[in-house]
Amino acid sequence: MEKKLAVYICTGCGIGDALDIDQLSNLATSDLSVPICRTHANLCSQEGAQLIRDDMANEGVNSLVIAACSPRVMYDVFNFDGVIMERVNLREQVVWCQPPKEEDTQMMAEDYMRMGVTKATKMDLPEPYKPEEELSRDILVVGGGLTGLTASLEAVKAGFSVVLVEKQAELGGFQKKVAKKVTFPYKDIQDNDIDQLIQSVQQNDKIKVYTGAKVEKLVGGPCVFNLTVAQNGSTFEHRIGAVVQAAGWEPYDPAKLDAKLGYGASPNVITNVQFEEMSLAGSITRPSDQQAVKNVAFLQCAGQRDPNYLPYCSATCCFTALKQAIQIKQQNPGSNVFVFFKEMRTPGQGEDFYRKAQEEGVIFVRSQDPEVLVRGSKIEVQAFDELLGDTVLLGDLDLVVLATGMVPRTAFGEDCRAKEKKEGEPEVEVPQDAILASDILNLQYRQGPELPGLQFGFPDSHFICFPYESRRTGIYPAGPVRRPMGVANSIDDATGAVMKAIQCIELTSRGLAVHPRAGDASYPEFFMQRCTQCKRCTEECPFGAINEDEKGNPLPQPTRCRRCGVCMGACPERIISFKNYSVAMIGDTIKSINVPEEYDEKPRILVLACENDAYPALDMVGLRRMTYNAWVRVLPVRCLGSMNLVWVADTLSKGIDGVLLLGCQHGENYQCHFIKGSELANIRLSKVKETLDRLVLESDRVRFETVAITDYDKLPALLDEYAEKLNEIGPNPYKGY
Amino acid sequence: MANAVTQSILVVGGGMSGLAAAIEAAEAGHEVYLVEKNPYLGGRVAQLHQYFPKLCPPYCGLELNFRRIKNNPKVRVLTMAEVEAITGREGDFDVTIKMNPRYVNEKCTACNKCAEATTMEIDNPFNYGMDKMKAAYLPHDMAFPMRYVLDPALVASPEAQKVKDACPYGAIDLTMEPKTLTLKVGAITWATGWKPYDAAKLDTLGFKTCQNVVTNVMMERLSAWSGPTQGKIVRPSDGKAPETIAFVQCAGSRDQNHLPFCSSICCLASMKQATYVREQYPDAKIYIFYIDIRAMDRLETFYQKVKEDPNIRFFKGKVAKIEEDPATKNLILRVEDTAAGALHQITVDMAVLATGMQPNSSEDTLPGSIPIDEYGFVATLQAQPGIYAAGCTRTPVAVSESVQDGTAAALKAIQSIARR
Repeated sequence: MEKKLAVYICTGCGIGDALDIDQLSNLATSDLSVPICRTHANLCSQEGAQLIRDDMANEGVNSLVIAACSPRVMYDVFNFDGVIMERVNLREQVVWCQPPKEEDTQMMAEDYMRMGVTKATKMDLPEPYKPEEELSRDILVVGGGLTGLTASLEAVKAGFSVVLVEKQAELGGFQKKVAKKVTFPYKDIQDNDIDQLIQSVQQNDKIKVYTGAKVEKLVGGPCVFNLTVAQNGSTFEHRIGAVVQAAGWEPYDPAKLDAKLGYGASPNVITNVQFEEMSLAGSITRPSDQQAVKNVAFLQCAGQRDPNYLPYCSATCCFTALKQAIQIKQQNPGSNVFVFFKEMRTPGQGEDFYRKAQEEGVIFVRSQDPEVLVRGSKIEVQAFDELLGDTVLLGDLDLVVLATGMVPRTAFGEDCRAKEKKEGEPEVEVPQDAILASDILNLQYRQGPELPGLQFGFPDSHFICFPYESRRTGIYPAGPVRRPMGVANSIDDATGAVMKAIQCIELTSRGLAVHPRAGDASYPEFFMQRCTQCKRCTEECPFGAINEDEKGNPLPQPTRCRRCGVCMGACPERIISFKNYSVAMIGDTIKSINVPEEYDEKPRILVLACENDAYPALDMVGLRRMTYNAWVRVLPVRCLGSMNLVWVADTLSKGIDGVLLLGCQHGENYQCHFIKGSELANIRLSKVKETLDRLVLESDRVRFETVAITDYDKLPALLDEYAEKLNEIGPNPYKGY
Repeated sequence: MANAVTQSILVVGGGMSGLAAAIEAAEAGHEVYLVEKNPYLGGRVAQLHQYFPKLCPPYCGLELNFRRIKNNPKVRVLTMAEVEAITGREGDFDVTIKMNPRYVNEKCTACNKCAEATTMEIDNPFNYGMDKMKAAYLPHDMAFPMRYVLDPALVASPEAQKVKDACPYGAIDLTMEPKTLTLKVGAITWATGWKPYDAAKLDTLGFKTCQNVVTNVMMERLSAWSGPTQGKIVRPSDGKAPETIAFVQCAGSRDQNHLPFCSSICCLASMKQATYVREQYPDAKIYIFYIDIRAMDRLETFYQKVKEDPNIRFFKGKVAKIEEDPATKNLILRVEDTAAGALHQITVDMAVLATGMQPNSSEDTLPGSIPIDEYGFVATLQAQPGIYAAGCTRTPVAVSESVQDGTAAALKAIQSIARR
């Protein structure tokens, strides 16, 4: 497609008052040789948009540079199909944050014009990725417990077919071992209806059920997964669109508990899980002799909320203990049932269930550190009762039930990071994902066979805002494997995870990206002739989207890609490009900045800003009409992880005095939407600093700053201080070369 | 195949759960109407300073969600709109929507000229009335849609014409009237969220009588730079930095006389706010008076971390009464120490009431005979065939569960239209 470029300058919202618009137009048409440049007093009006449409229709304009407000606003007005468009942010990031009619303000606007035109010139329209293979719309559900069964049925109700793989010989998971359940409306214990759910799944001809089976391997990516199921020595193949991983949990091993909880010292000290087994078998009796139980104690948080055991709270055990206590009271109203708890956790309407237990006569003892004393056949619990302010000793107990917690199935197996480094592999200081070989998905991915864990083995990635997201595209963890949860939440979670799976199939089948760049049609292309097999792209991709062949060549799997550009930033050979985002395009954009001579005393600062957080924060500076240093030139990037070090070289060799990266918080509480993009950028920058020091080019010229989207109050001072620092260092010696 | 109009989904409420319900369905290719009562999207979380446990700004995730809307023409957003009536059945609902006048149309560029021309000031609802703002206003810095609003009092005032004339873009329309709109939709998600329990009803806790008693939602605004004090946590009575702060848990929640249920998030919210105070005032002393600390799942580790802080004292006990020392405006708390059985008198500079979540559905008249439980929650995911509930309108939850629930509701809505 031959490009015909046009520039449209809006003079509204103070732009026309602050800038010399003629000079700006002249720059576009003369220096930058843009054939059409028009100005309008209110470009976002219907009339303004029509002006653009007319040029598209009559003049054959197909590439637009709109120099007006931030791309974050008026997106619905400046929305034209099938054209290349670049928005130059003259409003928020020039005239609203710089003094009007000043030379420096004009120079800033002109640089942004140069940068915008360069970008639009170098950009191509993305064409969605369409694999040649047939695309599958089927959903794989791994795990046939409450979550997996619910997910399967919910997917079918939405018109999709399901392959359900369950490890055990029968469906039902943990709920199959449970006699009664607790859920909304939390007024009383309820009958367990898991059998009906199992039956519905088994009778549904849209669900192919494999029990006593496992996922032997999963190859490919969304819509092009090849699944191999192993069952009874045979294997079965399916094509899969997306995956709900509902592998569930295992009870914490009671043998690991502190001895003072008495587990193993008497058969009458059991776990909450063993209680369920007994309950399902019939009535609750004393395990040692099957006699009726009269005195029962429940000990909450057994091996939980304790860094030496499970550091977290399993969220369901309070409800379980209340349920089991009520069961005993209902079986024998004359029984004495005590619950020793640290904190009773029955949120929401669940508080009613706590009240129900109190009404049933269950006695609650608040105690931080109860001890089980087993003396022959006698069991006692000794505890400091916080309400009485005294130590109590409960003797003659028939049964002690320990509330052990939930461990996600993903928390088992050998750590893949521990595997020995192959000889000759380069040292890459990339933060490694915690992936345990838990034998659930057996992904044939270069980066490991399972979902990476975030904390305590739970395989999510942004558990506050985007709870279903994992670090593997198209694979959505649900149920207790994602977070400890009970019945109501698991059903909810299964339903939501199916939503994500369906969405992934819909977007992928149209060649579009999923979260967080949902709908993006661009994808990275590799110019393989120049690849040196350095493996950086495969190592650094936060989503494990790139496999490699036996020679170490990258094998990108575009349907696994989230389009963050981390691979593009990682590649030292610069062979990875998107149609509308590439190393060369950004490099040329940087080089288009006009750098005045040293004696002009007009330093220049390139700011590479994360477009999700730092860039909006810069907009807010403008909205608040705060001002910052006029030497700054902001260039938004998809993620700081897409920063290629050559850009730093481009910047400094051009004579620009400093490079500032504004990115998201990284580390334990990372905020980066692409997980480790900002962290990788920081690592790369520290390397370039070493090089700069060697070249006796002050390493302080490059800097990384963590900026949150709401840090706009701090940005002006941050930019001014950095400019001051560069002033102290003095001009870039490459200026003028 | 049903006709295309009834293939649409209506989502009522543009907070966290409603946003999820709308965006998730739209990204799967469905037409969605998102109806929000406020002039902006984001709901309660838009007013938060930070999220627990990561202490990160809500706007990071909100910005991304707004971007998802901007990139997806399948979501049609109607702000300042409320559902008045629902008739019909699953797959074929007729919904009447009342659109309240913004007095500003889509030509608004957010240039601020109208605010500059206005002298009238009104209480700022975004900051829970703790400061004033111009009667022509952007609801807050990051408001989406980024469009101004004129207060009806301004429109009725003699200043109105001057303000209208100040707009260079013809964006102000003083003649706007409330209007109704009828939508045909196949499924409905109800996600109208919650409001803070009215602290004035807690008559022993001094919210109206003691100047230095604030609520937890106000504390969020006091901590945010965009709030009434530019993020400085100060005493409302004299603007001084507090040296001691009390957080009063279960202010209304778990109380048969107020909200019999647990509001789920207040323990973590107070601990989070304790970190705000500690960051600003390294020497400040903090009390957290509680019944049980409910830090579920991995949020427990946040509790453990806060507990390590020697300046934060977790005090198991119920605050029975708060009184003001008229001279100093300090607060005298009478606390029943349930652990030791003693009665304590503790003086602090400032108190934060952890007021609970009252579902909006408990007070609104719900259209279409949507059923509610005894506390006013629309507690079941499927409230009625084709009508689904999500988020805090079902049960008190934090952000993560709101998104989870909204996403689940999106699928249920899709099933309702797929069945036809």
